[in-house]
Amino acid sequence: MSSSTPPPTPSPRSGTAWHRLGRAGRPRPTKANVLATLLALGLGFAIAAQVHQTSIEGLENLRGDELIRILDTVDQDGNRLADEIQTLRSSRDRLKSDTTSLAEAQKAAQQRLDSLAILAGTVPARGPGIVLTIRDPEDGVTAPLLLDALQELRDAGAEAVQINGVRVVANTYFADKDGGIAISGKKVTAPYVVTAIGDGSTLASAMEIPGGVTNSVRSVGGQADVQAKDTVTVSALQTVSEPQYARPVPSPTTS
Amino acid sequence: MIPALGLVIGIVAGVLMQPEVPVWLQPYLPIAVIAALDAVFGAVRAVLDGIFNDKVFVISFLSNVVVAAFIVFLGDQLGVGSQLSTGVVVVLGVRIFSNVASIRRHLFNA
Repeated sequence: MSSSTPPPTPSPRSGTAWHRLGRAGRPRPTKANVLATLLALGLGFAIAAQVHQTSIEGLENLRGDELIRILDTVDQDGNRLADEIQTLRSSRDRLKSDTTSLAEAQKAAQQRLDSLAILAGTVPARGPGIVLTIRDPEDGVTAPLLLDALQELRDAGAEAVQINGVRVVANTYFADKDGGIAISGKKVTAPYVVTAIGDGSTLASAMEIPGGVTNSVRSVGGQADVQAKDTVTVSALQTVSEPQYARPVPSPTTS
Repeated sequence: MIPALGLVIGIVAGVLMQPEVPVWLQPYLPIAVIAALDAVFGAVRAVLDGIFNDKVFVISFLSNVVVAAFIVFLGDQLGVGSQLSTGVVVVLGVRIFSNVASIRRHLFNA
């Protein structure tokens, strides 16, 4: 529509347009020009202010329907996120309880391992107990007597026993051997030092009951000396050999 | 040239000062800015057409701004504020495009 407007001067069109633009741009100290400048200043300021406002804008000047739409969206998001929180929380709880039960199982297994290792004699043990020293100058102490002593100790609740550096475990056996006693095939000689872990006073009194170990040793010409201690160490170890014939029977219930 | 300089200075000042738009002005300012831009492009076109008049520019600028703000105000009162704002923006946008097209034809013969 504007291209039909005839240029007021007969000079070439494009040149005229630029020329006119340049002439209009020339500063003219008219009142209207100053006013126009002020208006342009205000416009620039308003543009910058509005851009800034838009960038920091909250919800203040949104209209009702827009607010409702945003509220719906936020509600849906909230529900979705709440579901997600629920799911994640339950899976976290599941994982946590798994971890806890795993840790408990591990702890129980460790305790079981410890007690079994002490029973089998594969680890050193330490605790309150007694040291029973049997001197045998007349060679009167025999395997049955030592076995009796061990039986008495076990009866009194001894949990780990060693005799002269040989750990006494379930399959330990005693046999007489010339000049000494063979414990599980290993020859030991007097003096026999029996270290037992258990309640010290119970063990000591079990050794000294009338007709007990002390009496028996004395009756064969030996001498038995019982010392209850706060801490004794059973450091002798026994290697566990794979059973050759015995196989465990699977139990129907796991304990 | 001086008004263009004023525009640039205004933008720079606004960016530097980061002014807070008053709450009562917030619904009207965007439309007013669009209306003022329409007036500015109309003025440039008038210059190229050789019919520019300072007084006309000032009056059209002010009336554009006032009318745009009034339309938004009226729309808000009638409950059709957002639709009316959209309508105003569309109309002013069409006018700005046609003015720019005219300016382009004058300056580049294209």
